[in-house]
Amino acid sequence: MGTGRAVAILLGKELRGELRSRELLNTTLIFALIVVVIFSFAFDPTAAEARRFAPGLLWIAFLFAGTLMLNPSFAREQANDTLQALRMAPISPFALLLGKILANFVFLLTAELVLLPVFAVLYNVTILPVIGRLLLVIVLGTFGVVVTGTVFAALASQARMRELLLPLLLLPVLAPLLIASVEATAALLNDEPALDPTWTVFLVAFDVVFFTASWLLCEHLIEE
Amino acid sequence: MELQIESAVFTAILIGCAGYAALFIAPDESTMHAIQRIFYFHAPVAWAGMDAFAVTFIANIAYLATKRPKWDWIGVASAEVGLVFTTTVLITGPIWAHPVWGIWWTWEARLTSTLLLWLLYVAYVMLRKMVDTPERAASYAAIFGIFAYLDVPLVYLSIRFWRTQHPAPVVFGGAGSGLDPEMSKVFFFCVLVMHCLMVILVRQRYQLERLRYEIHEARLAAEDYAARAESFPAVPKEIV
Amino acid sequence: MESDPTTQRLGVAFHNVGKRYGSLVALRDVTLAIGAGEFVALLGPNGAGKSTLLKMAALLVQPGSGKVEFPERARAAREAIKRGIGMVAHSTMLYDEMSAAENLLFFARLYDLDRPEQRVAAALEACGLPDRAGDLVRTFSRGMRQRLAIARALIHSPALLLLDEPAAGLDRQGIAWLAETLAERHRRGCTILMSTHSRNDSIGCVTRAVLLSGGRLQADSGTGGDPRQLLAAVPVEG
Repeated sequence: MGTGRAVAILLGKELRGELRSRELLNTTLIFALIVVVIFSFAFDPTAAEARRFAPGLLWIAFLFAGTLMLNPSFAREQANDTLQALRMAPISPFALLLGKILANFVFLLTAELVLLPVFAVLYNVTILPVIGRLLLVIVLGTFGVVVTGTVFAALASQARMRELLLPLLLLPVLAPLLIASVEATAALLNDEPALDPTWTVFLVAFDVVFFTASWLLCEHLIEE
Repeated sequence: MELQIESAVFTAILIGCAGYAALFIAPDESTMHAIQRIFYFHAPVAWAGMDAFAVTFIANIAYLATKRPKWDWIGVASAEVGLVFTTTVLITGPIWAHPVWGIWWTWEARLTSTLLLWLLYVAYVMLRKMVDTPERAASYAAIFGIFAYLDVPLVYLSIRFWRTQHPAPVVFGGAGSGLDPEMSKVFFFCVLVMHCLMVILVRQRYQLERLRYEIHEARLAAEDYAARAESFPAVPKEIV
Repeated sequence: MESDPTTQRLGVAFHNVGKRYGSLVALRDVTLAIGAGEFVALLGPNGAGKSTLLKMAALLVQPGSGKVEFPERARAAREAIKRGIGMVAHSTMLYDEMSAAENLLFFARLYDLDRPEQRVAAALEACGLPDRAGDLVRTFSRGMRQRLAIARALIHSPALLLLDEPAAGLDRQGIAWLAETLAERHRRGCTILMSTHSRNDSIGCVTRAVLLSGGRLQADSGTGGDPRQLLAAVPVEG
């Protein structure tokens, strides 16, 4: 079966399951919201400061929420060993990985899109004029988080203390992505909003490099 | 064993020479004077650390391609040595910075990148330690190691675009930033010496890992022998 | 019974296979050739390595040493071989948060079956769960889950069926159904490798018995031989 069809079937299962229970989505969203609120207690920013920190805060919220959601997403395949069933099925290892990556991408992006207007209100940030370009940056950044995150969640799932290990693995690797996303977002929330070409290209490069690496290494990841 | 002692002694002598050269032969630097001499230690150690990580990267790829344990041993040995060197850089950096700039640390390009590099390789070593099965630990660490090394240029690029406070690189860099030829000679000698030290340390660590593996194999062989002795008669009277 | 295409025949051969998990040796130098169409009972105490052997046949686990071959599909790609294999393992490999029908439909699609909805309906009918089709697996009893797991393993009409203690959790009716289903599949040329702990109805159709202990092959009644002597040592299901 072609990779595309296999991925569609896997993604369909994930989406249907999540649509029914929404537990992963809800929890991710609430956690991101908590980060945003706690930040204001820790820093008590004035209006001008809030504007300056806003992009950083937004991406920290996204990053933490994303990191926390990746482990449960993998754990779902470990209950009843359904991962074995997937590995036995006549689909390529890459299809298996890509199905998970895309599912995580949809979930994280959904949580982020719900959080975004709430965040804009709480920190008095105008996002509507730049919404198109802002979404582009968010999509590129989120994809990078999810590609590396899904691979690392698979690595950590076999290790002791996996909930602690995953952020340890993921956050240093994502540092460049965080910088790029925050800078690109800041450029858009400026007084003269503009899509920063350097950072946008950087995000694309990040995504391409790690997506390619995942594709090349997926067999070693999935096969035992 | 003998070759190791000889090369260790040789390296120790080299280090002595390098130290002497750095302290006495190299000319005095015009603005920072004596404290600048730490540069002959700090920068070569940094370079050797980076090269150690490059060796880890190659070892990781080799392991995934061949599945031979020796590549895993080289990978972890090199990563740990690289970590030691990088830790040294992160400590000598502030020692240099304080008298010169008055601060211990600053979040500028090179220091931040080095700190992140350190974190990446701590993660590598920890991952390898925390996966139980040796083969899987080796594979998974190799996968992570490859991702981490691919990340390194991205780290440097992104932080560089983002910050610009470090003094212009003295060896490679913009116009008017070359090294005095006398200084160059000492500097590159120190780079060579640090790399020799790195090779020695990696080899030691590699031997340690190999010994661990051999002990493990020997124990398994002993258990195997014991199990074989127990398994007569061939068809048990009852199966429970 | 559902009308499925004639199963292409598929046997599996182990050549000097060994496997270790850290310090634990699961299999030591096992050589065993199972011809297409055989119905083999894999006997042995707990920890003998039966599960590991089955997982290797399912291509879930790579041998540490030696190799596993599929003589009838010598030049086929892994995915083509996987299409012909079905397995019932210790865990059910079912999604608790999906319904019985959804589980089967998911796997039917994954195995690229035609008319998946009909296949699923037929499979549910066959395993006795048609009126629970829309219920979440989470609400099923142990026996029902096992039945569904077996139905899932069979839905793509595998040519090689691997079963790890398939009767575990099944009631009398379930065991009878299992025996009947296996006999039917065997008649149609399916190769069956079944590990079992205790005697139950399925044992009747077995054509060969193999004893594994301490990770080693201890006894083999051989292709075309008489498995009854080895089977006689297996205790009757209580």
